[in-house]
Amino acid sequence: MKIKYDRSACQGHNRCYMLAPELFDTDDEGYAILLVEGDVPAELEEKARLAADNCPEFAIEIED
Amino acid sequence: MTDVRPPVADWATDFDHQHPDYAANATEIWDELRDGCPIAHTDRYGGAWFPTRHEDIAAISKDVVHFSSQGVVVTEERPDIPAPMGYAPPITSDPPFHAIARGIMLKFFSPKAIDAWEPIVRETCRRRIADIRAMIDAGETTIDIAAHYSQHIPVSVMADMLDLPREDGDVFRGFIHDIMEQAGEEKPYEESMDFYLDTHVAARRNSLGDDLMSFLCQADIEGMPLLDEHVRGTIGLLIIAGIDTTWSAIGAGLWHMAQSPADRARWTDDPDVQPFALEEVLRFYAPVTMARLIAEDIELSGCTMKAGDWALLPFPSANRDPEAFDQAGEFVIDRARNRHAAFGLGIHRCVGSNLARLELRVAMEEWMAAFPEFELADPDAVTWSTGQVRGPRQLPVRFPS
Ligand code: HEM
Ligand code: SF4
Repeated sequence: MKIKYDRSACQGHNRCYMLAPELFDTDDEGYAILLVEGDVPAELEEKARLAADNCPEFAIEIED
Repeated sequence: MTDVRPPVADWATDFDHQHPDYAANATEIWDELRDGCPIAHTDRYGGAWFPTRHEDIAAISKDVVHFSSQGVVVTEERPDIPAPMGYAPPITSDPPFHAIARGIMLKFFSPKAIDAWEPIVRETCRRRIADIRAMIDAGETTIDIAAHYSQHIPVSVMADMLDLPREDGDVFRGFIHDIMEQAGEEKPYEESMDFYLDTHVAARRNSLGDDLMSFLCQADIEGMPLLDEHVRGTIGLLIIAGIDTTWSAIGAGLWHMAQSPADRARWTDDPDVQPFALEEVLRFYAPVTMARLIAEDIELSGCTMKAGDWALLPFPSANRDPEAFDQAGEFVIDRARNRHAAFGLGIHRCVGSNLARLELRVAMEEWMAAFPEFELADPDAVTWSTGQVRGPRQLPVRFPS
């Protein structure tokens, strides 16, 4: 599984950071920073989906 | 504006979000319009549109060319301070100025910066709970927790953030009432929020601290300090945008819990559900409906919207759209997929959303820990605000002995 994060769509709702802090940090203005490059560790796949499914701006996509 | 508004003949062609019938029946009105119309119109307020589907509301929020933020609260008159800056930057600003005015605030309101305020929020809630316990001990059996709890939390936190006297809470609430619920009525300058803030900003410029007002006084745009009216407008915006809204969200969460023994038990027995429950409160009882002024004629879902018309953005209706949410009309306490739009969509996403979430979370945690069992004293005694911020304004509850 891979995460695609679209910085231009992100508006800093911070849902991803709240739900999956292992995968997303926030910068000092509140925009998301994707922490993983490449494959998402298996134990975090559920959290990745949760983050994607809660982003109001559809800025996170999951590629299986 | 008169207090008595003409009755609404048909919500699809004559809606009025300031009518008491709207306050009483908003969810039914949204559901009915969404199934039928789905973009209502009214000739009131000089012409306004009322979309009800998530898709249309998202499209308008993201189209900042046709839909200007110069006006965000619907009035009979059109606002006379033009965007890009507008009266209360950044909420009344359009690009490109919007990003500058918003950028100034983001650092103060980022998730990590806001986390630091948690102890103050918690202390505020505990102070209020202690007062309520004292009322109960003194023999009171029914307590209006909109008046004695939910209302005070954002007022007190905002006063602390701005380093203004907590006792001025009543003054803030008066301003909010004048602006939100009596939209359009003029007051003399000396009684206005502008006067109150101009006085404080002028004084603060000479005694800077590390509060939010000082932060704005010291902010700059390309080396130029913010104009006084920018600082004043932004603080006024924080008071208006940050208080009524959060009061409404906390009140709605408590109103829900007062009526649902099952959800109260779930909250207490299963703390892992709490983060989802809070987002579900925000989805299901989203307090805020914004507006836009149409800048250029545009066709949307078969409606021809004319420049100068209003378009409302009822985010709470978007949040109950079955096209966007499973079981949209039900409060699902452990809803895991929740892309709700309570804090708006697009470039104006609520700057205060991290603070609002902190206040809602701590207020609910502290309340439910102190009073795991409580119920409405009289469902008919609960009143909801009219206008663009929706939440319980009288919420009498009692406690089983
Ligand atoms: C539950 C409580 C709250 C809700 C539901 C809420 C909702 C919203 C919404 C829907 C918008 C978007 C406006 C638009 O699209 O035109 C907004 C903007 C804004 N809110 Fe909030 N808000 C809340 C609390 C707060 C708090 C606590 C603050 C600050 C202390 C705040 C400050 C702002 C500001 C500054 C904007 C303007 C952002 C911009 O235009 O870029 N809000 N809010
Ligand atoms: S939830 Fe979406 S909009 Fe919010 S910070 Fe994460 S990616 Fe950005």
